[in-house]
Amino acid sequence: MAIRVVHYLNQFFGGLGGEEQAGVGPSLVAGAKGPGILLERLHPDLLVVATVVCGDNALAERPEAMVAEILDLLAPLFAAGQEERPQLLVAGPAFNAGRYGLACGAVCQAVAERYGIPVVTAMAPENPGVEQYRHAVPMVATALDVGGMAAALGGMAALGGKLVKGVEVLPERDGYLPQGLRRNVWAAESGAQRAVAMLLAKLHGEPFATEYAMPVFDRVEPAPAIADLSRATLALVTSGGIVPRGNPDRIEAANAQKYGAYSLTGLAALSPASHQTAHGGYDPTYANDDPNRVLPLDAVRELEATGRIGRLHETYFATVGNATSVANARRFGQEIAHRLLSARVQAVILTST
Amino acid sequence: MVKEIERAGITVVHCCSIVPISLTVGANRIVPTVAIPHPFGDPAKTVAEERALRRQLVERALQALATPVSGQQVFS
Repeated sequence: MAIRVVHYLNQFFGGLGGEEQAGVGPSLVAGAKGPGILLERLHPDLLVVATVVCGDNALAERPEAMVAEILDLLAPLFAAGQEERPQLLVAGPAFNAGRYGLACGAVCQAVAERYGIPVVTAMAPENPGVEQYRHAVPMVATALDVGGMAAALGGMAALGGKLVKGVEVLPERDGYLPQGLRRNVWAAESGAQRAVAMLLAKLHGEPFATEYAMPVFDRVEPAPAIADLSRATLALVTSGGIVPRGNPDRIEAANAQKYGAYSLTGLAALSPASHQTAHGGYDPTYANDDPNRVLPLDAVRELEATGRIGRLHETYFATVGNATSVANARRFGQEIAHRLLSARVQAVILTST
Repeated sequence: MVKEIERAGITVVHCCSIVPISLTVGANRIVPTVAIPHPFGDPAKTVAEERALRRQLVERALQALATPVSGQQVFS
């Protein structure tokens, strides 16, 4: 008997459309859609009985309301008899898409809590959904983009199958991200013996594996408050992709490899004639109609004129934060910070979409 | 980017629509904005109302920059 699966997809993979459909609320359709069709083809032991599709923005902006709607949509399926009830929720894969990853995590957690079935999702280890939901939701690690689709579906099928059958799973063996759960096991040697063996291996420069990896928290001390804004120089930075019209530096619409530095001299506000968005991860209509909606130059200039801030730095910095790697974002941030320090900027408003 | 700017000693406020992402990444001063495609605006409003809304959000961002914080704080 095939395992009965409910599949969660965003508007893109669910076939509704691109960013222009990202605000659409959840809907339930019978059978498999998009990646679900491939999932069934590659893994005939799974049967997708229904697919929930929801827009990424709808879920990211109103998570509680949207998740509640999804749970209600699924209620009739779980009211069915034992022979028809779904046995597994599969969400994604979300790869490195931040909103989608958070949505997959939220839906998995809610369905597991409400309906008590195993859930599984898949995303790239650097997806923000990982940090938020990995403790509650088993997640298969994926590549950064859709090139890793077959592997991600395979990982979810294998892990999901084991979870449904109640087979014991382990992160290293079953290819999912550690959930920070501890389990008691019998070991042949005591903890003291194992620790000394590890220490000796370390002293000899030999490989060893820790039994309890320390978490890495990359936190930054907050910078001091600005004592007197009316004497401070403020700069604007955005990951929302606002660039001069024509995108002169050809900043990529996704997975940006660069940032731009652009003059604000003589500009009281941005306009559709002067600026546009280069971002490929949201519907550009509103930003292109009025780029101040992403980089609020008009309001900042007003506040500069009233003396609320000392002055605005006449260069702003922009990149596209759309599946951009953490390594690139870090490098952009370091380079921008260096330039801001040279210009004696004390305060930054950084806007993100 | 927020963290690297702050690491350099520059006071920074992150204005964004999806606060959980900002919290996960590790921004310290966070101001929630309107929506992903229009963080500092609302096309459903009149031009004047939208300007007022944008001004209010920027004021809030300035308030955050002027407020001492010991860790992550959301200014909503």
